[in-house]
This record gives sequence, C-alpha cells and structure tokens, in this order.
Amino acid sequence: MSTPISPLILLHPDDNVLVVRAAIRAGDALEIDGTPVTAAQDVTVGHKLARRTLAAGDKVLKYGAPIGSMTAAVDVGGHVHMHNMKSDYIASHTRQVVGGSEGGH
Amino acid sequence: MAEMRGFLRSDGRKGIRNVVVVAYLVECAHHVARRIVTVSDDMDVHLIGFPGCYPNSYAFQIMTKLCTHPNVGGVLLVSLGCESFNREALRQVVAASGRPVETLVIQQAGGTKATIEAGRAAVARLKALADQTPVGPMARHELVVGTICGGSDGTSGITANPAVGRCFDWLVEAGATCIFEETGELVGCERIMSDRAVTPELGAEIEACVQKAERYYTIMGFGSFAPGNAEGGLTTQEEKSMGAYSKSGSSPISGLIKPGDIPPSGGLYLMDVVPDGEPRFGFPNISDNAEIVELIASGSHVILFTTGRGSVVGSAISPVIKVCANPETYTRLSEDMDVNAGRILEGKATLDEVGAEILDLVEAAAVGERTVSEALGHQEFILTYKSFEPVGPACLPTRAA
Repeated sequence: MSTPISPLILLHPDDNVLVVRAAIRAGDALEIDGTPVTAAQDVTVGHKLARRTLAAGDKVLKYGAPIGSMTAAVDVGGHVHMHNMKSDYIASHTRQVVGGSEGGH
Repeated sequence: MAEMRGFLRSDGRKGIRNVVVVAYLVECAHHVARRIVTVSDDMDVHLIGFPGCYPNSYAFQIMTKLCTHPNVGGVLLVSLGCESFNREALRQVVAASGRPVETLVIQQAGGTKATIEAGRAAVARLKALADQTPVGPMARHELVVGTICGGSDGTSGITANPAVGRCFDWLVEAGATCIFEETGELVGCERIMSDRAVTPELGAEIEACVQKAERYYTIMGFGSFAPGNAEGGLTTQEEKSMGAYSKSGSSPISGLIKPGDIPPSGGLYLMDVVPDGEPRFGFPNISDNAEIVELIASGSHVILFTTGRGSVVGSAISPVIKVCANPETYTRLSEDMDVNAGRILEGKATLDEVGAEILDLVEAAAVGERTVSEALGHQEFILTYKSFEPVGPACLPTRAA
C-alpha cells in the first residue's frame, strides 16, 4: 500500500500499474515501491503509471486483473494509456467466430 | 458494539428490521396505500407495490419474496379489486410464513376514505403482532449484503468500489452472503469473472449471462466505452468494467442467481438482472432502485450503494449505506452520505481503512442503528414488468452438492 502522502494508489498487490489520485507535474519526485522516480510528464487524476518496466505485449494488471496489453515499452513511472496500451477484449457476441480461428482459449 | 440480534422468522432466516409493509397491488391502489403509510406515521411502516394491471409472474415472485423478507414483520395488501394480481395467493404465502397479514379491497371497503381509515387500524394491529416476533442472537455469517453503484464517476472505481470489495472479502471470509450485479456494466471482464467461479460449469454460465446482457443492452441502444472515460484515465473496456466489478472483491464466486432467488449458502453471488428471451418490457432496470429491490428480494438485509456524483436514495425494507467515492461530492452532500471513501483520493485513508469502516457500518445497521438515508426517511421503491427463466443447475453448485 502506498504511503498516505503518495499521489499514487496501488489497488491490488499483483498490479503493475498505479493509479494517480492527485495530479502529477512533470519533474515531480515520486517514489514507486521504494525507488525514487522523476515524473516524465503531467498526468491527471485517474490515469495510470507503470509500477515496473513493461515491454510491448505485457499484460497490464489493475485490480489484480488483466485490463489489456502494452503496445510499446514503458519505464517505471511512465504514463500507461491509449498511446502504449490496447484492449484485449473481444465482444462476446463476436467471440465464437474469432475463437474458432484461434482454436479457443 | 452491541451484539447483533435478529428477528426470528419461521423459515430460519433472521431480520435486522421488523417492518410492516403496505403493498398496493395495482397503481389504482397506490394513493390509498400511500395515505395509509403517511397517516400511520411510523419509520418502520413502508410502502411497496406493483403498478401493473396485467399479470406478470416475475412481479408476483418479487412481491412474494419482499413480503416474506426477513426484515418484514407484517403485511397489509391494498387492492382496488379488479386488477389481475393474485392477492389471495400472495396473502396465503405470507400467512404460511407465520407473519400477520390483512387484505383491504377498496371496491369492497367503501372507497378511498373508508379504506384509509381501515388501513390505519390494520397497520396498528399488524404492528402490535409484529412486535411479538421473537428475537435471538444473530452472527455475522447470517448476514446477506447486496451492492450496487449509481451516479458513478471516475473516482468510483478507485475508491468506493474497491473499498466495498474489501468489505465483501471480509464478510465472505466470515461466512456471510454477498451479492453483486450489473452484468451490463461487467462487459469485458466476463472471463476474469468466470475464472473466479467455483466450478467451470458455473464459469460458463457467468460468461453466457454477460453475453446476454451485452446483446440486450446493444438492442436497447446503449453505448459502452465513451470518450469521457478515456479522458478520465480509463484506457480499455475491460478496465472500465473492472471498476464496477471491483465491488465484488476477490472471493471465489459461489453462484449465479436471478432476482428473488435466495442464495443457498454463504459466499459471493452474481445476480443476473437482465431478462431472458427477446427484449419485451424495455430497459432491464429503469433506475438504481429497481436493482436495489431485486437485491432485497433475494434476501439482502443491507445494501452498500457506491456513488461518485452523489445519489441520495434509500429503500423500503432494507437499509442502504451510501459510500461516496468523490471527495468533492462528499463535501456538497455529506448529510446524505454514510462513508467518505473520497478520503482515499485525498491520501487520508487507505482502501483497507475505508473497507473496515463500511464493515462496521453494516454491523451497526444490523444492531438497529439507522443509516443516513433511513434516518432521512428515504424509502424509494420501484417494480416493473420483466420475464425470467429459472437458473440452470450449474448456477448453484453448492446447492447441487
């Protein structure tokens, strides 16, 4: 659990992203799991920062659950959003067709 | 805290309230029933009812479950006289449950004024009988707690919802029964949910139920992932749904129920509120209170309601605890909120601390303390037409075992 003064919230111990609870400015000194990190850019409340170094293809875990995959690498403390992450969700009403070509899960 | 004590009902369940419900059986009897409640002037006399004149087996089932809810100690049925609702069948079920029950038929009782007068006297008699209900010790594992979110915003999924999830984890650990729902807002996390099911067959039922919701809401013209979600920091559909889903905590999912089904044992249950078959009666739930009524019909003693933008509602029959996700909303509406989960956003409290506070409030409500909406007199109620098929055997593995 993040300390009470951290601008970041860890929602689940397995997560590899943190949620911003107070707006962060580029250059702010952050601490992520005991490691000092300098914020690379402004990030507003509700957005996500990488808790670990992530590579393209890595699953993004929030609430302890996969919420999508990285499409590009990010360093610890980097912003994780539309520019480097995508959904893995396939609408269930189209999944049977797609699932057939994938051979199920 | 005082020891929990429950009103002992003949089916073995225990109530944390001893409400007398006045139930109108068609909209034409609504005014008279409401006046009976108003003139009775008692916080524990509540108005419920079904407005439709045409029969609906779902509405009959929900009315039956509500009139025999453990928080209900007596029932007054108010009928116009020519509606199709089977008032005698409902009266018999309530009588068989050991509860005092009376019926007033406006067309036979001499009209509005006479029925209101007769109703006032009937409520007094029912109340006196309900007061004789035996009371006994009640343990945490006997609690049934439902959760819902309404007026959500970007803060809901990071403060109030996961805090309720913590509370649910502790309740389930203690053997209590917890119910979550809103399958239409769980689109994208059905596989994550199905992985938590206690059997693979239940997992398949859960996936099918979200698929049904997705199809239903698509036909109703609902969009899902909006541009505003991305501005708020949400990147994917599954992330958005996880915010609502986080109310469920991390316990295994023990079963899938439909409105009015009573969970057969402790554990975490998903309630499927989306009607079966082709869409027939419009939106599955036209407002938050429709879902609250369904959670109560399945036995919920208490409802945990998370809100970001700030709902003020309560409910008939079971107390509602409102958990406010957004600290700014809390500042504006603090007199309507039980919990300020926005403190998590301000760095003044952790998820565990707020989760523990919610659990304390559940137990406080169970020993008889009024929740905020209850004390303000909120007793919202709504019930509309729906149709359901019964759940399949795979949905309740603990009962099959």
